[in-house]
Amino acid sequence: MLLNIKDLHVSIKGKEILKGFNLGVNKGEVHAIMGPNGTGKSTLAAAITGREGYDITSGGIEYKGKIINDLEADERANMGIFLSFQYPVEIPGVSMTNFIRTAVNAQREYKGLKPMPASEFLKKMEEKKNLVEIHSKLTKRSVNEGFSGGEKKKNEIFQMAMLEPSLAILDETDSGLDIDALKVVAKGVNSLRSEENGFVVITHYQRLLDYIVPDFVHVMYDGRIVKSGGKGLALELEEKGYDWIKEQFDN
Amino acid sequence: MDNEKNMNKVLDEFTSGDYKYGFYTDIETEMAPKGLNEDTVRFISAKKNEPGWMLEYRLKAYRHWLKLSEPDWAHVHYPKIDFQDIIYYAAPKKKKQLGSLDEVDPELLDAFSKLGISLDEQKMLAGVAVDAVIDSVSVKTTFQDTLAKHGIIFCSISEAIQEHPDLVKKHLGSVVPHTDNYYAALNAAVFSDGSFCYIPKGVRCPIELSTYFRINAANTGQFERTLLVADDNSYVSYLEGCTAPQRDENQLHAAVVEIIAMENAEVKYSTVQNWYPGNKEGKGGIYNFVTKRGACRGNFSKISWTQVETGSAITWKYPSCILMGDNSVGEFYSVAVTNNHQQADTGTKMIHLGKNTKSTIISKGISAGKSNNSYRGLVRVSKRADNARNFSQCDSLLLGDKCGAHTFPYIKTANKSAIVEHEATTSKISEDQLFYCQQRGIDMEKAIGLIVNGYAKEVLNKLPMEFAVEAQKLLAITLEGSVG
Ligand SMILES: Nc1ncnc2c1ncn2[C@@H]1O[C@H](COP(=O)(O)OP(=O)(O)OP(=O)(O)O)[C@@H](O)[C@H]1O
Ligand SMILES: [Mg+2]
Repeated sequence: MLLNIKDLHVSIKGKEILKGFNLGVNKGEVHAIMGPNGTGKSTLAAAITGREGYDITSGGIEYKGKIINDLEADERANMGIFLSFQYPVEIPGVSMTNFIRTAVNAQREYKGLKPMPASEFLKKMEEKKNLVEIHSKLTKRSVNEGFSGGEKKKNEIFQMAMLEPSLAILDETDSGLDIDALKVVAKGVNSLRSEENGFVVITHYQRLLDYIVPDFVHVMYDGRIVKSGGKGLALELEEKGYDWIKEQFDN
Repeated sequence: MDNEKNMNKVLDEFTSGDYKYGFYTDIETEMAPKGLNEDTVRFISAKKNEPGWMLEYRLKAYRHWLKLSEPDWAHVHYPKIDFQDIIYYAAPKKKKQLGSLDEVDPELLDAFSKLGISLDEQKMLAGVAVDAVIDSVSVKTTFQDTLAKHGIIFCSISEAIQEHPDLVKKHLGSVVPHTDNYYAALNAAVFSDGSFCYIPKGVRCPIELSTYFRINAANTGQFERTLLVADDNSYVSYLEGCTAPQRDENQLHAAVVEIIAMENAEVKYSTVQNWYPGNKEGKGGIYNFVTKRGACRGNFSKISWTQVETGSAITWKYPSCILMGDNSVGEFYSVAVTNNHQQADTGTKMIHLGKNTKSTIISKGISAGKSNNSYRGLVRVSKRADNARNFSQCDSLLLGDKCGAHTFPYIKTANKSAIVEHEATTSKISEDQLFYCQQRGIDMEKAIGLIVNGYAKEVLNKLPMEFAVEAQKLLAITLEGSVG
């Protein structure tokens, strides 16, 4: 199993947000996670990627057969975990090209590889930029600085394409995208999809799942998964909203 | 793209947080006895075989220095310096005239190669003329032929005193008089060596002139003197960089740099300062009390200071411009980094005397650990300086919450047509930025290096390429271990 989360409890500043979360992702699978605002979806992403301040009070996250609860964020990234941020961060003065090159080479170093030769790097960048249809003007600019909402999201997928992770978590990458951009993002994801890697796609809209067809759909509520199903579940949610689930659960 | 490449090269090269250049080279030195009195001054002058007027100049400065007391207005704290406990002169033993690099003390060459500035390589690769200063005496000057062809004089100041006395006599002390301040007076009395540069009328210096300073013998204060004269319609870019061996006692460095730009001349002066800052507890380290000043004498002249300050226990330094000529331009671009117990009080003075004079100040302070980083700037517009313009931007970046950043901007305008703008910001490296980098596989130290270099980019971009690389490396190394 690629990712195996068992009875995970996570607190932020002493407040429990994840309350016994379970999820297993096999290689080759795409899992969609849906659920009302504030139920802990982004918290889950932060806990998996090792963000500071997200305390695992019990349970465990196993990735590629290793418990990663205590690993630093950069080590988890180097092991192949990627997060497409719900709110990408701006880094003034650091060009996108320089940033992604630093990241690519950091990950290579972790694997004991030499830095990528400049020509190879440039070729790869060209290829991935075309894949997600982002303009060269953008990669010359500072990381996310002054990018539009859609550009920021595309830029996340561009970075994913450059880093080729084993496990990619997409936190509302579709929010704020127009239909063309949505297709581009889906294309980026689908091109990386293989028997070797897995995806956790956090979204509020079933629309995205038309393009990135999931193997499983989970509904999260109050810090845990309360319902799982196939692609059909997303359609059902779209139609009926969350009330019926909330009712079921609250009783 | 080159910049990108270098940036990455730099980021790949980070090694340990210990001061990389902390080695000590054992070269036989000839020292003055400890302490300072008229005899010391005479000793230095005699050692250097100086003409009478030079000795007179030194003695006048010494006598004036006796009347002064150490300044205490800067935002820095250090134990009182015992000026009688310093050796004011140490020279590597002269081995007659050196014909080629082969004749240079191998230890010396070794020291250079540890610094990554093998003269040979410099000569061939970078096309940079190197006037290397070790222990206060110029040991080797290269590229003289190329420079001679253009009539450019680039030599040690001692040599200039012998060979070009008229030029030295005319300009020495004309921008920074010995009466200027305590350390300037001290320097004028006991300066041991330094660089002299003259660019004749209409000449554009084809190579970047570079001096590497290095403090070496124990307990030897270093008093450098640099004089740079750019005659009408000339241009020169001058680089100054330095490192020092690790040691336990504080070392005083009180240099004076004077620049003169005549009509329509342009001088770019770039510094990367990386002296030993002391250990993590703040012990040892260089006291760097420097007076740097440029005079835009001619109309349409321009002087640009760019500095990256990462070293020294204490830095006290205000590269300034006196804008005398009409339409003259002064610029100051600075990145000052302090970590652990370092203290920096640095900034600039822009004195607008001519009409339509313009000045720009971009200062980026970065503080980490328990350090203190102050910007102190003065913009003065005189009565006759119609249409003077100044723009100042002073940004501070804090890493952690035990360090301090302070800004002291002084503005004095006596002319109503002047426009003086000042902007200031203080920011912190955000948790979000660090996590974003880490999530891409970039470790904390590299992430800080990346973010800080981004923050300082506006200034780093002003440096010549080879220097920019060095500077980026230094910024990151200086901040290693500063967060956690
Ligand atoms: N840093 C924090 N400090 C305090 N509370 C936090 C913090 N981060 C998240 N929370 C709280 O944790 C809960 C879950 O937040 P989270 O961002 O994981 O929700 P989400 O499911 O991603 O919501 P959305 O769909 O709106 O993105 C919320 O109540 C939120 O206010
Ligand atoms: Mg969220």
